[in-house]
Amino acid sequence: MGSGIWVLTLLILHSVFEGIAGQEQELNHRTERISGSAGDVLEDDPVGRLKVFVYELPSKYNKKILQKDPRCLNHMFAAEIYMHWFLLSSPVRTFNPEEADWFYTPVYTTCDLTPSGLPLPFKSPRMMRSAIELISTNWPYWNRTEGADHFFVVPHDFGACFHYQEEKAIERGILHMLKRATLVQTFGQRNHVCLKDGSITIPPYAPPQKMQTHLIPPDTPRSIFVYFRGLFYDVGNDPEGGYYARGARASVWENFKNNPLFDISTDHPTTYYEDMQRAVFCLCPLGWAPWSPRLVEAVVFGCIPVVIADDIVLPFADAIPWEEIGVFVAEEDVPKLDTILTSIPIEVILRKQRLLANPSMKQAMLFPQPAQPGDAFHQILNGLARKLPHDKNVYLKPGQKILNWTAGPVGDLKPW
Amino acid sequence: MKQTAGQHPNRRPYSAAVPGEAAALRPPSFLFWSAVHVLCCLVSAALGFRFSRLLFLLLFSPASHHHNHHHHVHLVRQPPAAVIPFPPPPPPAVAGRVGVGRHGIRVRPWPRPDPAEVARAHEILVRLQKEQRLRYGVKDPRPVVVVTPTYARTFQALHLTGLLHSLMLVPYPLTWLVVEAGGVSNETAALLAHSSLPVVHLPFHEDMPVLWNDRHRFEARMRLRALRVIRERRLDGIVVFADDSNVHTMELFDEIQKVQWMGALSVGILAHSAAPDATAKRQQRASEQETSPLPIQGPACNSSGQLIGWHTFNYLPYAKKAATFVGDGVTVLPTKLEWAGFVLNSRLLWKEAEGKPNWARDLDEVGISGEEIESPLDLLKDASFVEPLGNCGKKVLLWWLRAEARYDSKFPSRWVIDPPLEIVVPAKRTPWPDAPPDLPYQRIANEGGHVEKHVSKKVRSYRSKRSSRNKKKHETHVDTQVSEMSSAQEK
Repeated sequence: MGSGIWVLTLLILHSVFEGIAGQEQELNHRTERISGSAGDVLEDDPVGRLKVFVYELPSKYNKKILQKDPRCLNHMFAAEIYMHWFLLSSPVRTFNPEEADWFYTPVYTTCDLTPSGLPLPFKSPRMMRSAIELISTNWPYWNRTEGADHFFVVPHDFGACFHYQEEKAIERGILHMLKRATLVQTFGQRNHVCLKDGSITIPPYAPPQKMQTHLIPPDTPRSIFVYFRGLFYDVGNDPEGGYYARGARASVWENFKNNPLFDISTDHPTTYYEDMQRAVFCLCPLGWAPWSPRLVEAVVFGCIPVVIADDIVLPFADAIPWEEIGVFVAEEDVPKLDTILTSIPIEVILRKQRLLANPSMKQAMLFPQPAQPGDAFHQILNGLARKLPHDKNVYLKPGQKILNWTAGPVGDLKPW
Repeated sequence: MKQTAGQHPNRRPYSAAVPGEAAALRPPSFLFWSAVHVLCCLVSAALGFRFSRLLFLLLFSPASHHHNHHHHVHLVRQPPAAVIPFPPPPPPAVAGRVGVGRHGIRVRPWPRPDPAEVARAHEILVRLQKEQRLRYGVKDPRPVVVVTPTYARTFQALHLTGLLHSLMLVPYPLTWLVVEAGGVSNETAALLAHSSLPVVHLPFHEDMPVLWNDRHRFEARMRLRALRVIRERRLDGIVVFADDSNVHTMELFDEIQKVQWMGALSVGILAHSAAPDATAKRQQRASEQETSPLPIQGPACNSSGQLIGWHTFNYLPYAKKAATFVGDGVTVLPTKLEWAGFVLNSRLLWKEAEGKPNWARDLDEVGISGEEIESPLDLLKDASFVEPLGNCGKKVLLWWLRAEARYDSKFPSRWVIDPPLEIVVPAKRTPWPDAPPDLPYQRIANEGGHVEKHVSKKVRSYRSKRSSRNKKKHETHVDTQVSEMSSAQEK
């Protein structure tokens, strides 16, 4: 009789655990855990793992610029502003600079907009240089490491090269003063001057509220095979063709404009977000720079991103296994894009959709207001935390100087 | 959106204003080169295109002009002179694989879609949509039982084929009960054989009446016959009343899965008017300003989503212009509440079913002793338990439409002309006069049975170059046509 009761309790416990495991399996069947090369880090909580000190700069570096042009809050470079606001009220902020691991300088370099809303980078090097001069004279922490434990958010087209034209950006190179600092930028391309080792690539800003309001029921069948809306030729700046997007976008148009599987055009439809949710593949080709908010939109709407940009480094590349989530097509293979996409095995496509359906993946691409756990702000902090502890040799010996304060083009040395 | 799709449309408006451009050279070679440049510009202006490319091609291009690359590089937007490969691009400024500067636009030689690939893409889409339905769609879908009254007539092929294709797209297991007036006919059977759906073809051994009011009642009796079959065979599922001329959306079949016992949907009424005259138009315009342009029949709810009444069809604008019989030239109007707007759980019809509510009448008692069944609400004792579907009737999921040819119109059997017409000679005069003839029924009603031979037999005989055998065939064909016409007159 006693053994019977034992057997019964064992059976009950077994079935209970089986039930739990079954439920987890069902959850896994719908979405999959995302683990990149750094491991399963998307859901890590940075609080307690690092401390950030925010310099108090005069408002001419941040508040006044924003007041002059509030459009900076909505364009794709708005991450620098939202990162500042996030850090001001975040639990990782510390008011004691002696215990800080990282130092943040809030300078809005991408907020000098033309009337049509494009940021002009011509004053940005001077502004950055002026800010660094300020912090190096008022606080001792810059000179202690020459910026090696400081980080800056530079979301412009080519990061800290501060130019929109690639040749000019390459010519300028990264601003000399930022040689030792960690750069948090949207631009990422391997073997490129404007991406230095140890940078953290982030997604461009896409308005999360706006995307939320355009969600459609998930059982709407995905009936568009490939979707893209945008320019193929930039007639204003590249009248002969061949420069814009290294000819890749033009190649997409010329090869597939008659293909019924490809819904591509230069339209600006009001149902852009809804259409993306009805598409299986969304093209994310390079433009003047390799990155674009299309990647963020594709991930949020569950459309598999087809990245056509050679050597691109995607956001949070060590936390998100982009190879398993998106499709990468070399620019020279664009004429074969239809063959490539239709010959992907169906299980692979289903797996990619499952990975995209994971809510932590979508959260990691967004900058919501107010901040939520797992969002891009936290991923940036996680990235910074993974770089800790600092190497001993970042701390300079007294009197040692590495940076040359007169390096760079002459125009940069003028005060701002 | 603008920011994403635009990607800096006016990217470099200030390139001229970039400070710190390299200072110009001053030696005399500069003057020489600028003179050459001016000369080249003038020549280009004269010729109409940039001839420097042509020059480079002729002077410097290697012999590999006609390499048979799979995707050879050529610029598409050249002047139509030639397909010219590029002069070699400037060496990349970066020691990496990807270089800045001009690149060719790669176009494959025959940029047309490959049908095999398109087929594969469609297979992928089908599989993905199935997966989507599994993940987000209805859990434990119930089978669907479709009840359709029909009869063989001119427009049957049109309507029934449309309904057939709609039902073939339904992703749930389906049983189709087709009740045919006048018994089972080859016409209908041939149409139904085109699908692989499980069809139960039920005969109803009376002929379809001609007057619309009679017809509505008749159809109700046909549907009751089908419901009795469901009861006998204990078919399980959700009963949908799909008339063959109605138009159904696929979302309808997803929405009805939510029904517990009996549900009501909104039906859009496409009551077309054939030839509205001035007064009707004015009335219509006045009424349209107040109500929505499409009349809708369906459940009406209060703000908390409970059923409080029914939206029915407003007959006033059509007071004088309603069709009375099939094939009348004027608007056909629906009944107050169409059967199509209701769905039932088939267990409501069974003799005994678990959890069957007591507000439903037993099917055996319905319809006997001459009771008139107008709408499925007559199957219930209490109509307040009907569940409103489709976001409480706000979403229109099907449309009611009645478009029929004249009731005596003829069509070739199974829409196949056999034997095929070899020579068709247009008749100089059509067999029927230009004015629409009085319909036989009307004439009988007006003149009390007096039949006129209204139409002259003005059919031309066919001329055939073939043998006499063919001639006979044609003549018999003509004769049958003429005899059909005369028999039509005599009805």
